[in-house]
Amino acid sequence: MAKVIEIKDVNTNFYTYEGIIKALDSVSLTIDHGSTFGLVGESGCGKSVTARSIMRIVQEPGKIESGKILFYPDPNKNGEGVDLLQKPESYMRDLRGDKISMIFQEPNSALNPIFTIGFQISESLLFHRKKELCQSVVDDLGKTGNGLFIPLSALLKKIYEIGARNPEALLLGLFSRIPILKRWDRLLKKKALNRSIELIDDLGIPNPQEVVKLYPHNLSGGMKQRVVIAIALACHPVLLIADEATSNLDVTIQAQILNLLKELKKKEISSVLLITHDLGVVAHTCDRVGVMYAGQLCEVADVRDIFENPRHPYTSALLGSVPKLLQKKTLQSIEGNVPNLVNPPEGCRFHPRCQYKTDICSEKAPPMEEVGTNHSVACYHHLSG
Amino acid sequence: MQKLLELKNLVKHYPIRGGIFRRQVNSVKAVDGIDLDIYKGECLGLVGESGCGKTTVSKTIVRLHDPTSGEIHFHKQNGSETVVTDISRISHNALKKSKIRGKLQMVFQDPTTSMDPRMLIKNVIAEPIKGLEKTSSRELESRIIELLNLVGLSKYHLLRYPHEFSGGQRQRIAVARAIATKPDFIVLDEPTSALDVSVQAQILNLLKKLQEEFNLTYLFVTHHLLVVKYISTRIAVMYLGKIVESAPTDRLFERPVHPYTNALLSGIPVPNVNYTPRPIILSGDVPSPIDPPPGCRFSTRCPFVKERCSAEIPKLKEIEPGHSVACHLASETEKLIADKYGSR
Repeated sequence: MAKVIEIKDVNTNFYTYEGIIKALDSVSLTIDHGSTFGLVGESGCGKSVTARSIMRIVQEPGKIESGKILFYPDPNKNGEGVDLLQKPESYMRDLRGDKISMIFQEPNSALNPIFTIGFQISESLLFHRKKELCQSVVDDLGKTGNGLFIPLSALLKKIYEIGARNPEALLLGLFSRIPILKRWDRLLKKKALNRSIELIDDLGIPNPQEVVKLYPHNLSGGMKQRVVIAIALACHPVLLIADEATSNLDVTIQAQILNLLKELKKKEISSVLLITHDLGVVAHTCDRVGVMYAGQLCEVADVRDIFENPRHPYTSALLGSVPKLLQKKTLQSIEGNVPNLVNPPEGCRFHPRCQYKTDICSEKAPPMEEVGTNHSVACYHHLSG
Repeated sequence: MQKLLELKNLVKHYPIRGGIFRRQVNSVKAVDGIDLDIYKGECLGLVGESGCGKTTVSKTIVRLHDPTSGEIHFHKQNGSETVVTDISRISHNALKKSKIRGKLQMVFQDPTTSMDPRMLIKNVIAEPIKGLEKTSSRELESRIIELLNLVGLSKYHLLRYPHEFSGGQRQRIAVARAIATKPDFIVLDEPTSALDVSVQAQILNLLKKLQEEFNLTYLFVTHHLLVVKYISTRIAVMYLGKIVESAPTDRLFERPVHPYTNALLSGIPVPNVNYTPRPIILSGDVPSPIDPPPGCRFSTRCPFVKERCSAEIPKLKEIEPGHSVACHLASETEKLIADKYGSR
């Protein structure tokens, strides 16, 4: 299957006063086109840092130290991937929100409270799709009877033609500074707004014409999350990263959003990286699952294998500590706490809490080995299948 | 079974003030007339979506908030006889004097914010004891060590500050503080939602152990349905300030009656790949509690809404012993759901 993104030995560190936090320690994973990859783990294990490293938006004092993030934008063209870590920031700016986009955890803080919903959705369209939008405005102006004064209409058409050829043209910037012509992009913005209305209509928001005029505080949590999804989907991304997209929502709203993501995956987005700590969500939405612990990936497998045949002691303990629908026995709990990443345990990071540990575990970190079809585990004593 | 607490038509409205004289213009109907009995030794789970009034109920029971109207009867064991007191109206001082204060305790949601960052753990746990009884400091310390051992910590943790502990340990300290006054009843307000999955299991097991050891009664408030299924013996489902259904845990999960309970239970993401969920997707959002819909609160989202639903408020009726539902269509919902969404 064609890959969409391949992460190779990425290390991300945070330089804090306490010391260097090794948030990601040589993490490698591959996401295929058309699949949903779930990344699970406890808080502080580096799930979000992985997502942020892909987008290259790791916040200060964090820094991506080494590794490769290869991105294959087109599934049909098998070729060299683009190493995102080597590209300039301007390339990333064009990529974010266009080819790769992200849904953030907290819809309250992901939306800007002082702009309308319509503005925030069309912002992404105006940035990435200016060319297409200009072209469609030109087409509209070509049709007669648009109510504009003829010479003005001709001039506008000229301007939009320039825009359709090169959205970054200097001349457009110049026009924006001339008082009378300053508002030349009015039609463009209107076009983008209409697109946003269509977009949120598709996501099942009732009366979208009204909603685009509202501000984030007017909407409920579930609605806001839909708007955030709409922004992420505006440019039809190749990879959608959903960072705890449903964690703060109620059960019934969560069911709505997960259903929506499933529907969308069928027709719009090709692949999803779903980050969550809820194993229940993973079981029903993902194709492949990666389990992370303290900055390292400890097991990657198909979803069925993870749940029915976990090979890493941590994965099996994690599954044991979640209440099931038919839970009768006492819950299995993992003794101890998640280690501090300033000075993580030597060797395998799980060994202080592991019941199968031997001497080698505390000396050398176990390598990732293939133990079954599409099933790899980083453990010396992986459980037998 | 012996009753411990009886809530009778409990109402809590938060006023919204406006105008230059700050007069009351409206109110948030957080809890709007609920009747609930809590029996001795049980763990009652209170579930519902955010904003439905779960936390308000729990805070009103321990009198952190004063109820607008309604009664809370507390059955206190006094030797062999039980004394019933209505604690909804009496003053905080009287509450303390009648020794009920120490019998009602609470564990809060977020262990990072529920403790004073400038108090030593020793003082955090000692505070409720000091406020209620006179003890010598030596005796107090030995009691605190005993409490710490009970929750799986040791005396080496006495002279530390809350920030030195992890979330799970902090929640253990909060539990120790709650059981310090030998309570009969503890309200657990989402005690595990700020914790990681592996630590959550530790706390749940600890709570179960303590309940058996001290014969405690819990009110477990949560929105996580699998957790509530694991720990509670009986569940009450709330929606927009009203209780819509209450039943023993197993029965509720097997045969939910109210359409809202059905939707809630069908939407649980179960960590099992062989289980295919068939969620009932409700349209729309929870209405605002400032201006709740007339009649049945759920009528705006209910898939089987009838004319009667939006006119008349359904009463909580017992359909079978121990199983009460507030729905006009209680007798036919099972058939209606099977017709619309397939049998389950």
